[in-house]
Amino acid sequence: MRRVVTLLFAIVLSLSLTGLACAQGTLRIGMTASDIPYTGGQTDNGFEGFRFVGYQIYEPLIAWDLTRGDRLAPLVPGLAESWEARKDQPTKWVFKLRKGVTFHDGSPFNADAVVFSYESIKKKDAPHFDPYGSGQVSFRLASLTGITKIDDHTVEFETNKPTSFVPYQICYMLIVSPAQWNKVKDWRKFAEQPSGTGPYKVTRFVPRERLELDANKQYWDGKRRPKVDKLVLLPMPEPTTRLAALRSSQVDWIEVPPPDSIPQLKGAGFQIAMNSYPHNWTHTLRLDKEPWSNKLVRKAANYAVDRVGICKNLLNDTCIPATGVVYKGHPWFGKPKETYEYNPEKAKALLKQAGFDASKHPVKAVHLISTSGSGQMLPLAMNELIQKNLKDVGIDVDLQPVEWNTLLTRWRAGFKTADNEGLNAWNISWNFLEPWSGFGRFFHSKAVVPVAVNTMPYINPEADKLIDEAERTFDVAKQNEILAKLHELVVDDAPWIFVVHDQNPRALSPKVKGFVQPQSWFVDLTAVTVR
Amino acid sequence: MWTYAGRRLLLAIPTLLGASIIVFAMVHLAPGDPIAAVMPAESSKAEIEATKKAYGFDKPLPVQYLVWLGRVAQGDLGRSIATRRAVILDVRDALANSLILAVSSSLLAFGLGTALGLLAAFRQGRWLDKLASGIAVIGVSVPHYWAGIILIIIFSVQLNWLPAMGAADGGGPLAYLRHMTLPTVALALIPLGVITRVVRSAALDVLSQEFVLALRAKGLAARRVFRHVVKNAAPQIFTVLGLQFGFQLGGSVLVEAVFSWPGTGYLLNLAIFQRDIPVLQGVILVLATFFVLLNLAVDLLQTLVDPRIARH
Repeated sequence: MRRVVTLLFAIVLSLSLTGLACAQGTLRIGMTASDIPYTGGQTDNGFEGFRFVGYQIYEPLIAWDLTRGDRLAPLVPGLAESWEARKDQPTKWVFKLRKGVTFHDGSPFNADAVVFSYESIKKKDAPHFDPYGSGQVSFRLASLTGITKIDDHTVEFETNKPTSFVPYQICYMLIVSPAQWNKVKDWRKFAEQPSGTGPYKVTRFVPRERLELDANKQYWDGKRRPKVDKLVLLPMPEPTTRLAALRSSQVDWIEVPPPDSIPQLKGAGFQIAMNSYPHNWTHTLRLDKEPWSNKLVRKAANYAVDRVGICKNLLNDTCIPATGVVYKGHPWFGKPKETYEYNPEKAKALLKQAGFDASKHPVKAVHLISTSGSGQMLPLAMNELIQKNLKDVGIDVDLQPVEWNTLLTRWRAGFKTADNEGLNAWNISWNFLEPWSGFGRFFHSKAVVPVAVNTMPYINPEADKLIDEAERTFDVAKQNEILAKLHELVVDDAPWIFVVHDQNPRALSPKVKGFVQPQSWFVDLTAVTVR
Repeated sequence: MWTYAGRRLLLAIPTLLGASIIVFAMVHLAPGDPIAAVMPAESSKAEIEATKKAYGFDKPLPVQYLVWLGRVAQGDLGRSIATRRAVILDVRDALANSLILAVSSSLLAFGLGTALGLLAAFRQGRWLDKLASGIAVIGVSVPHYWAGIILIIIFSVQLNWLPAMGAADGGGPLAYLRHMTLPTVALALIPLGVITRVVRSAALDVLSQEFVLALRAKGLAARRVFRHVVKNAAPQIFTVLGLQFGFQLGGSVLVEAVFSWPGTGYLLNLAIFQRDIPVLQGVILVLATFFVLLNLAVDLLQTLVDPRIARH
């Protein structure tokens, strides 16, 4: 018997020792995506796809500067050196392209590549049109209507109206190698041997399991050549799996560790990176029906929620309280009249003023929530706490949990469908990376479902005016001022219950050095080293 | 026997058709839809509708089903919506991984379970019997995904001996072996419990029969009596082994999810959440085919082992 035990022990030990030998300078990341994001250019899996695949293999003409954490990540020249709208014709934008850049396959980057990439998204009858990639990104380039090559290093985009939001759209258009595509003539095959200009190039692709990338030693920006030799991306949708993989040294970096595990991880020497970024977690209210049609009731709800409690007790400080669409310190925050702190007495007073009473005439509402989902944090626990907070002041909310995919489908259809008629709100988290995502799609009267996603619907001529004005204002500082005014208006109208801003926690092994968490959904992986 | 096998194979066709119709209907009854699942959360209904049309998902359901069936009849399982890879390739890779896990966990469970069951039966009422029965009860009652998490905590997180997730890592057979150890153990728990109990009761059943008494009375050595008992209990045990092997193949969704083991269960899980209908249909069709063939194989094996139940 003892010999059997010894033998078993020896087998397990020898098996485990083989794992210790691990390549130097390899960064292995456990993503939350359930599959490897699409590698054929215009990536999928939302912003996580852009973060780890899109912006690592490819580059846009205008990129995000992700090297600093002390300010909102700004847009900077990427594959374009400069750009501007033509003074005489503001619907035309001239982009001067960077010279001397080559794709991973060795072919040169030039105006033809930009035209080719644009057509793969927008020109439905082009042989290189990519319906899947187009579906992923086309709506982010909503204003762009055409492109012209001026010379080898200059292109001109055309827009459907004068709009200053163009740079915020161009930053999502990734430039792919026409030479590589012409070799394979098929986007699926291209996705398996992709070629961009980014700091990392794909070397191995195992569907649903792993994507291996090597540092692009010829990367055009000498300051941003990757310090690690190799980057490995692993899809791990289960939070506990990610945690176990990190703790067993199978990966060096995981996205979104379970909040409960953070103190434990810190205790074991792991680093927790966090920062504010354009994310908000809210309840989007239905404004054409009782009870949320009443502004006083909406404000009461906003004063009833204990945001600090949610962040501290429930989420281990992985979020900050939200008192508006954007967070304090963001250029669009402005000076809202209302600051929604936890004040149940004020909430009760507001309800009374609105003609409601906790015992005789309580406010009743039905809210659709998800059981999980990208960016949804811990929806069940958070919503139960909010439900209790609201109940305390006399707002009776019935929570209806559905699966994430179902919630998105029902939300897109708007409140006025047979399924959704009985609902008064939905709980979905948003990004506000640029003015249209942050404000336009929700608060412009022209964005009402099904055109975009103003589901509430929020109809306010003043808001329309400010959004339009911001779009016409090409000076960024002035544009920010206008958007701050808009934000003040929205906060005062309280069409949402503002709850929290996520801090995008990620856990890094002590061996990972040099990572700066930017105020962004994206990351720069070029400065990172792994001992 | 061959006519019997042929008839059973023919009968498999309506079974598989039925399975595919049920899967198709269930996927479409569930809220949410495949296109919405692969489109960015921010995209509007108008954009989704346009994409849906491009994929042919705006057609009536019966038409969609028949189109799919027509392709399957030609051996084409279609393409995944999420990855646009041929479903057959995905299913092939996943099936290989699942088969390996099913075989390894079955071997572990069958070997250990049969040994424990026989030991328990021959030592009925003694401490060895109680120990084996105890292990059997634990095996049957402990949820295997939970056991999987516990195994990860002990062997991956605390001891750091074995990897917690994934399959090959591209590191050769030894790495593959390391990766499959924990899921194999987790997956073996339930069949281990079931088999121990079945073997024990089957052996006891035979032991209580008069011919065993007769064998013993005529002074046959204990070893020879044992052989007679095992031979007589074998058909019953075979049935259970066959069924358990089938369950191992199709019922490993949770264990594969816990260990991110890229098998059919993991693929099914992904496909369900992505509403990836072609993948879902393909995997289930292949698994159902396996089940049908496996049952047939077990039935035929039974007639070989025990001529008393041979069919004519």
